[in-house]
Amino acid sequence: MTDSEAIARKYGKVIAPMTRTGWAFWATAIPLAAIFLWSVFAFGWQYRFGLGETGMGHPVSWALYLVNFVFFIGISHAGALVSAVLRITHAGWGTPFGRAAEAVTVFALAAGPTNILFDLGRSSRFYWVALHAQFKSPLLWDFTCIMTYFTVSVIFLYVLMVPDIGLLRDRFPGRRWLYRPLSLGWTGTEKQWSALGKAIGFLCIAVIPIAVSVHTVVSWVFGLQTQPMWFSTIFAPYFVVGAIYSGIAAIILVTIALRKVYHLEDYLKPYHYNNMGLLLLVFTLLWAYFTFAEYLTVGYAGGEAEHAVLWSKLTGKYALLFWIMVALCFVIPFPILVFRRTLPGLLIASICIIIGMWIERYTIIIPSFIEPRLPYVRGDYMPSWVEWSMTFGLAAGFTLAFVLFSKLFPVISIWETEKDEKEKESKGD
Amino acid sequence: MYRWGMVIDLDRCTGCQACVVACRQENNVPFAGEQEAVLGRGKFWMNFISEVKGSYPDVKMRFFPIPCMQCDHPPCTKVCPVEATYKNPEGIVAQVYPRCIGVRMCISNCPYTVRYFNWHAPAWPDDYKRGRNPDVYKRRKGITEKCNFCIQRIRTAKWKAKKENRRIHDGEVIPACAETCPSGAISFGDLNDSKSRVSRLSKSRRAFRLLEDLGTKPKVYYLKEGEWHDG
Repeated sequence: MTDSEAIARKYGKVIAPMTRTGWAFWATAIPLAAIFLWSVFAFGWQYRFGLGETGMGHPVSWALYLVNFVFFIGISHAGALVSAVLRITHAGWGTPFGRAAEAVTVFALAAGPTNILFDLGRSSRFYWVALHAQFKSPLLWDFTCIMTYFTVSVIFLYVLMVPDIGLLRDRFPGRRWLYRPLSLGWTGTEKQWSALGKAIGFLCIAVIPIAVSVHTVVSWVFGLQTQPMWFSTIFAPYFVVGAIYSGIAAIILVTIALRKVYHLEDYLKPYHYNNMGLLLLVFTLLWAYFTFAEYLTVGYAGGEAEHAVLWSKLTGKYALLFWIMVALCFVIPFPILVFRRTLPGLLIASICIIIGMWIERYTIIIPSFIEPRLPYVRGDYMPSWVEWSMTFGLAAGFTLAFVLFSKLFPVISIWETEKDEKEKESKGD
Repeated sequence: MYRWGMVIDLDRCTGCQACVVACRQENNVPFAGEQEAVLGRGKFWMNFISEVKGSYPDVKMRFFPIPCMQCDHPPCTKVCPVEATYKNPEGIVAQVYPRCIGVRMCISNCPYTVRYFNWHAPAWPDDYKRGRNPDVYKRRKGITEKCNFCIQRIRTAKWKAKKENRRIHDGEVIPACAETCPSGAISFGDLNDSKSRVSRLSKSRRAFRLLEDLGTKPKVYYLKEGEWHDG
């Protein structure tokens, strides 16, 4: 007991958000909840009157929901993947990001596939995908991989929290109803530690191929279709890279916000962000490389249908969006990440990248629909209020989930920080 | 086994669009209304495209009636996660309306863009409603629908032929578009029967199919303009 008290005192700042709830919390949570509830109403409206309440039509039969789907699934890659890779490689600087990253994964994975539910003509029959599974459909692969990833990342987040929940159980008698069952009787015995170590080792290895598979099959929802500029062999790695790219940006954004709001400057140091910034830089370059390779190939050797889409992006109807994307995903973040990996620099870069990657998904999906292969069906697309409501509702729900999470669980892994510190000390001796 | 196919002679097509109307009537294709049509939500199981080339006085107009191509290798069926669409044994790409959950991946993977979605609950003008065809399955909002070569007519013809213990004669069953075409531009029949009109026409020098390079192997053939002799 004294041990837990000493640790709780030492990590007072990490635990503080769970003990105090001020006006700032309500001022954040209530508007977020209101936006979220509004989107529930919007969904009800769409459910009642049909998908015609969106801006979709013929030939743009998939639109904003699919953009959000790919975007959120992309964000989810941050988490589990990055924290698992950093753990396996024993990169100690990843420790303070771990918990936030894993939580981002879980919440983004809850938000992403929800879009498919919105997108269905008969949302109440979504489970038919499992019931009447048709194995040749990339959507079924999606369903399988995403469900697996979701399950594994929930377990991943949870298992890594067990020792901390054990601590919370002892510290918060009032919330015992929650922490006691979740702590699984954790007392920190030798046997429990060794079981935990094994479980984490296994999960770290398991989560990497699963995460890669998820965005691979998400890319195949497009890449295996006949639409011009979708049908591309590099779509799978391109999407995976883009996903990790936006995911890292999301981790940086989330942790900077947490650091500021909960005063975690002692744990999240500029040194950590410098390293994270370097990782982000690698993915900036990878993304730019893939984008260049993809567009050059289409421009140089593509057919008539592909060129129609390509030019609509480069100089046509989607030129503005396309070049904004290039600016936000590369031109702005690249010099920042090379020269200024400071906190404000990283904040600007991450916000740019997150918005830029959303636009990237938009410019991948919509223009191909506008210019289908046969040059007679032409249409336009403008999202309706229902689609915008759902987009902002999901973003609000995602943020709200994170805010609530930070009120119930420590956003920085206490036991891992402690362990790292002990390891450092023993090395120093 | 039958293998239904269609041949559309573009030289005979006058652009009257009777096929579009007849199809709508036969298959209870709902009215989208002007507002919805602007958003591209008009449903045309038999679509009709016209193209104007050149300027006065040297103007040329071309017409293209576009039904579902009923591909032998349909890209739409394999992507459906619930198997709501499939190629039936007679080669028709059919849509199972009660099974469809409205994913719309079939729509986006159809290179001919001839699949249509019920964005709203289907609607008709009041005085039109009484004239709806009772032989056609009712569709609801949120599902995909498409041309199926008037499968209800084929079914009836098959029952009749079975009762009389024979095969369906060439020309005995034709879809509404072919039946109504005043210039006889649309032929329909069994491609497996080498003596049928469609199988003869489909081997014509004038015959071509849309986007053949995709390997979808459509069963709707077009006969190109400019040469008047048959076959």
